Amino acid sequence: MNEDTGMTATADRSDVADDPLQIGDKTFDTRLIVGTGKYPDNDTMVGAIRASGAAMVTVAVRRVDLDRTKEEAILHHLDPEEFFLLANTAGCYTADDALRYARLARAAGFNEWIKLEVIGDERTLLPDTAATVEAAGILAGEGFKVMAYTNDDLVTALRLEDAGCVAVMPLASPIGSGLGVVNPYYIREIKRRLEVPVIVDAGVGTASDACVTMEQGVDGVLMNTAIAAADDPVAMGAAMRHAVIAGRMAYLAGRMPSREIAVPSSPTTGMLD
Amino acid sequence: MDTRDSTDRIAVQLNGKPRHVEAGLTVKELVESLGLNPALVVVELNREILSRSRYGAVGVQDGDTIELVHFVGGG
Repeated sequence: MNEDTGMTATADRSDVADDPLQIGDKTFDTRLIVGTGKYPDNDTMVGAIRASGAAMVTVAVRRVDLDRTKEEAILHHLDPEEFFLLANTAGCYTADDALRYARLARAAGFNEWIKLEVIGDERTLLPDTAATVEAAGILAGEGFKVMAYTNDDLVTALRLEDAGCVAVMPLASPIGSGLGVVNPYYIREIKRRLEVPVIVDAGVGTASDACVTMEQGVDGVLMNTAIAAADDPVAMGAAMRHAVIAGRMAYLAGRMPSREIAVPSSPTTGMLD
Repeated sequence: MDTRDSTDRIAVQLNGKPRHVEAGLTVKELVESLGLNPALVVVELNREILSRSRYGAVGVQDGDTIELVHFVGGG
C-alpha cells in the first residue's frame, strides 16, 4: 500500500524498459538516427539533434568549397566526441562512385561505418538495388560496417544482409517526401525475415509517421528533412524523440486488435431497471 | 628560355578547377596555405587516397589532380 494515497502499487514497471539498439559492435540508447543536412543554420542543427536525443548522426562527403572554407565544414560545429558520425554516399549513382566516397569517408579517420546509398532514379531518389548490393559486398569485404539504404523490397533486403551489411535500411517513402510509411506490410516482412537490425530510412514527415514506423517493430528510424525542414526544428527534434519512444513502447506492449464495430468499455450488466 | 614565371609555380587541377600553386609545396603545406585544417580534410591525389600521415612527406607535382574533401551536413 502506498501510505500517501492508500492505493495498491501497480507492478514494477522496470520491465517496460527497452533494450538498447545494437548495430554491429555498437550499442545506442536511442533508436533515432538523424541527418545533419538542410538546417537553416548550424546552431539550430545542433539544438535540434540534441533535442532529438540521437547519438548517431549522418554526414555527407563533399569537395571543400575553396572560396568559403570556414563555415561549411560540419565538424566545426558538431563534436565527434559527442555524436557517432555515420558518413553517407549520398549523391552517388554508381557502385564505383559509392566505393570512392566510402573510402574517402573512412580516410577522414573517425570510423569505418558507412551509410551506403546508390541512387538509381533522379526524380524519386529510389535506390539502384543491384548496384547497392554489389557495393555493399565489396565494402563489407574491406572491413566497412555497412548500413545500406534500400527500397522496401524483401529480396533486396535479404541480399544486403547476405552481402554482410550490419544493418539494412528500407525507406518508408522517397527521401525528403514526408509521405510516411507507404507500405507497412513490406517493412514488417523485412523485419520478420532479417537477423540484422532494420532501420527505416527516409520518408518520415512528422511525429506520427515516426511513431507508426516504430510500431511496425523495426529497430530504429533515420530521418533528416522531417526535423530540418520543420518550422521549429528544435521542437520537432523533441517531438521525434518522444514519437520514436512511443512507437517502440506501443510495439513492445502489443496493440489491441482493431475491429470495425464498437465494444463497450464499461460493464453491460448491473444497469438500473 | 624558362617559360615558368619567376616565382616558380606549377599547374594543378584542384577540386575540379585549374590552379597555379607554388612549386615545392608538400600536400600538408598546400592544405594549410588554403586556410584548411589538415586534420579535417581528406586528400585524393590523382584518384588515390593519400593517408593523412603522408601529407607532410608527399610533394605536389606539376599536373597533379587533387581533390580536397570533408564532411558537410547530409542525411
